[in-house]
Amino acid sequence: MTLSTWIFILGLLFILLSAAGGLTWVERRLLAVWQDRLGPNRVGPIGSLQAVADGIKLFMKEDWVPPFSDKPVFVIAPAIVMAAVLMSFVVLPFAPGLVLANLNIGLLFFLAMSSLSVYSIVLGGWSSNNKYALLGGLRAAAQMLSYEVFLGLSMSGTVMLAGSFRLTDIVEAQRGMWFVIPQFLGFILFTIAGLAETRRLPFDLPEAETELVAGFHTEYSGMKFGMFFIGEYLGMILISAMITLLFFGGWRGPFLPPVIWFILKTSFFLAFFILLRAALPRPRIDQLMAFGWKILLPLSLLNLLATGAVVVARGG
Amino acid sequence: MWSILKTLWDVFLHTFRKPVTIPYPEQKAVLSPRYRGRIILSRDPDGGERCVACYLCSVVCPVDCIALQATQDDTGRRFPEFFRINFSRCIFCGYCEEACPTYAIQLIPEFEMGEYNRQNMVYEKENLLIAGEGKYHGYNYWKVAGVAIGGKDKGEAERESPPVDLHSLMP
Repeated sequence: MTLSTWIFILGLLFILLSAAGGLTWVERRLLAVWQDRLGPNRVGPIGSLQAVADGIKLFMKEDWVPPFSDKPVFVIAPAIVMAAVLMSFVVLPFAPGLVLANLNIGLLFFLAMSSLSVYSIVLGGWSSNNKYALLGGLRAAAQMLSYEVFLGLSMSGTVMLAGSFRLTDIVEAQRGMWFVIPQFLGFILFTIAGLAETRRLPFDLPEAETELVAGFHTEYSGMKFGMFFIGEYLGMILISAMITLLFFGGWRGPFLPPVIWFILKTSFFLAFFILLRAALPRPRIDQLMAFGWKILLPLSLLNLLATGAVVVARGG
Repeated sequence: MWSILKTLWDVFLHTFRKPVTIPYPEQKAVLSPRYRGRIILSRDPDGGERCVACYLCSVVCPVDCIALQATQDDTGRRFPEFFRINFSRCIFCGYCEEACPTYAIQLIPEFEMGEYNRQNMVYEKENLLIAGEGKYHGYNYWKVAGVAIGGKDKGEAERESPPVDLHSLMP
């Protein structure tokens, strides 16, 4: 590896982690806007250093490992979610040439890594040896299993149209038209599945603080909790970036440099995720399961069928 | 499905609303004149203490934060020898103000009473007494009361007729 690759990796890590931290502040401010409040406005100009204050607080907290827990697993679980999500960013192209590993199976790599992150939740819930945590872990397992299925299926349409798993090829294939137009159903399905994948509200059933205390991270404190938290926000950035790449032409756009377009589009979807959180209530677990298996999975299969038929009819 | 989209749109429209938050220390809220905050003791229009040390406020206080001792001067006018309110116990319920027969004890819309030393929360009479009449103007208990004090005998108060002599047969 050359020096510039190292610099790119470190820069990416720095930007991603600070963006995930900053996103906690952005989310609180945006939620406040939509609830006619002000939000955090004390630390720094309009509260922008709130994330730093929160980070310092988390480091100062007691890092408690419950004596009744499965200690090695308990300690390692939060690291898995962060590692898995950060690994996914390896294959994301932020601009032409600005990609760490331009794998020809980039999309499959993303799917594999996002599936790995569920281990963290399940193991964290299991090793806590606490009934709320265990219930949260079980829910996470069920939810991920159901929504992973058509997360893959919903993006298969774009793969068919582009004819490649390589993310740069998919973006290049959107030269004439963004895939959101031929693959509108796929976009909707991917957004819903991605929302469930990141365990964001309204699909935060593994956490569900109104029923399960805090779900899988009930027993976690200090920076271990912080890692789950950062992992969740990194996942949010990841899904927004994936929507941008797969359906909204990635870095393509007039006038502005490609990276700026990528960031703008990603931020738009981040804000949309926060709006979803501000607006929608949480479904019950059985409603979530029924919605996934009975509505979204058949729809994604239909979408796949139709896309396949069109691609074959065109002689692709 | 439609309702979900409608909800999203309605919540999004809140972007253009003004926040209702009042950022408190920089910007004070407008409190109504009848807001129940700090307790004061008012004076009558002539500048004398209104309090007649009847103990009703002390009795009605649900947290027992009012302590006083009645006494009277040589003209027979009752007043509290000391009047002490422990504001670290006071719950600002306003019962004392309701119980007061002479409008002496009143609650005012001031609530910033933070102290570093708990003992400073105990207010004595000189801390409680204000120079004015508070919320009720022009009322002077001793001018309308039917008791004899210095310079005013029975029957000489405002809107009071002379006392009836029960032993006289004359009309």
